[in-house]
Amino acid sequence: MTFKFNNVYIKNTATIAGHLEAKGPLNKYFDKTHKDFYVNSKSLEKSEVNLQKESINILMEKEKLKKEEINILISGDLQNQITASSYAAKDYEIPFIGVYSACATSTESIILASIILENDKSKNIICTTSSNNLVSEKQFRNPVEYGAPSPETKTFTSTGGASILLTNEKTNIKITSGTIGKIIDLNQNDPNHMGAVMAPAAADTIYNHLKNNNETVNDYDLIITGDLGIYGKKILKEYMDQKYKIILGENYNDCGAMLYDMKNQKEITAGGSGPVCSALVTYGYIYNEMKNKNYRKVLFVATGALFSPTFIYQKENILSIAHAITMEVVN
Amino acid sequence: MKQVNYDKIVKKNLPDENKLTNALIAFSVGGLIGAFGNFLIEIYSYLFEISRNDSAVFMIITLIFIACFLTAVGVFDTFVKTGRMGVIIPITGFAHSMQSAILDYKNEGLIYGFGSNIFKLSGSVILYGVVSSYFFALIRFLLGGII
Repeated sequence: MTFKFNNVYIKNTATIAGHLEAKGPLNKYFDKTHKDFYVNSKSLEKSEVNLQKESINILMEKEKLKKEEINILISGDLQNQITASSYAAKDYEIPFIGVYSACATSTESIILASIILENDKSKNIICTTSSNNLVSEKQFRNPVEYGAPSPETKTFTSTGGASILLTNEKTNIKITSGTIGKIIDLNQNDPNHMGAVMAPAAADTIYNHLKNNNETVNDYDLIITGDLGIYGKKILKEYMDQKYKIILGENYNDCGAMLYDMKNQKEITAGGSGPVCSALVTYGYIYNEMKNKNYRKVLFVATGALFSPTFIYQKENILSIAHAITMEVVN
Repeated sequence: MKQVNYDKIVKKNLPDENKLTNALIAFSVGGLIGAFGNFLIEIYSYLFEISRNDSAVFMIITLIFIACFLTAVGVFDTFVKTGRMGVIIPITGFAHSMQSAILDYKNEGLIYGFGSNIFKLSGSVILYGVVSSYFFALIRFLLGGII
């Protein structure tokens, strides 16, 4: 399902990155970086609360907004019952919507915010997301210090917090449409190969978004997927070609493959993942490039693996979803 | 819409992981740990003038201590990256699994944190270790102690 928007603009963004993300090539686009996984908090779980709060605070400072001027806060993360988001939202006293689409949370919240801005008198909506590598390791995989050898296809959950301020006041960057994806299940069940799980969801959403908007891939300066990683990226290109006859060429890239220095950061294996991975790349680097008019039209497709260890142990497949938005530079 | 064989595309794009190299590394590293253990047995029985059986107990305690200490200071997992399963299969791996589980839950208190989670990974090793030793003992008994 594709929505068209006429009154939704990006006012500003704020990005907070962890120490490994800071070593990557996009370092200069982050507003703040941290030195460890704990982010001045006593536990890893609480660190995510801090990451979200820091990104919201920096965003409000940048735009000199008071919390009363924000109509709604929409956030989501990977922790059980999206607790990091609820605890981060506690102090702001802003009406709050919690969302979950795993690593596709960023675009889900942006589409939701856009629908509200388009149809309501709301003026400012903040969308926030976060993830912490060690929290995800603990929750979805093995204990943090446990040294299980990881296969090369495993993606690495990024650490950070990212917020975007959407408004119906005219700015240079507009959100023109958004597509809500479907749940996709192509019998993938390897939690160490999320790229293979999510690629068909990305393909389905890209196909529907282009079809519903009567567009082709050549209408875009850049098409980016969320966090398929280097192997998922190859799979998506081949699958798009075989199934939909759509060739993703030079103007296609993947946030998971962009966030880190893949040659020198050996611990990253297949690339970045987690809700904040695509948010850091898009709200940081891509937003900046669009502000400088280096990219004029961008299709951002965040991809999420809706993964639960319990369902995997009960022999179910891993489901996936992808939501897409079109961002355009307007004069 | 064309039907495509998705599994085929996934398989085609899998990286080549050299299983033989991994196995050889694990074999050598595990072997070295075993040799180190044997060396400890010899040295303990020589130094403290104890039997080899008693000395083996001290060797196990030493290896467990080393593995737990290295886990606590956060370097054991990097050894696994280089030594592969060679450091996981011996007693060092068992100690590591308990120590790493406990470190994860240091904020949740003594009961719901440490107590509930210490055997998170090693629980199945203990359970199936006990069950299989029961069956092996039974087989041995039925065979009249031949093996």
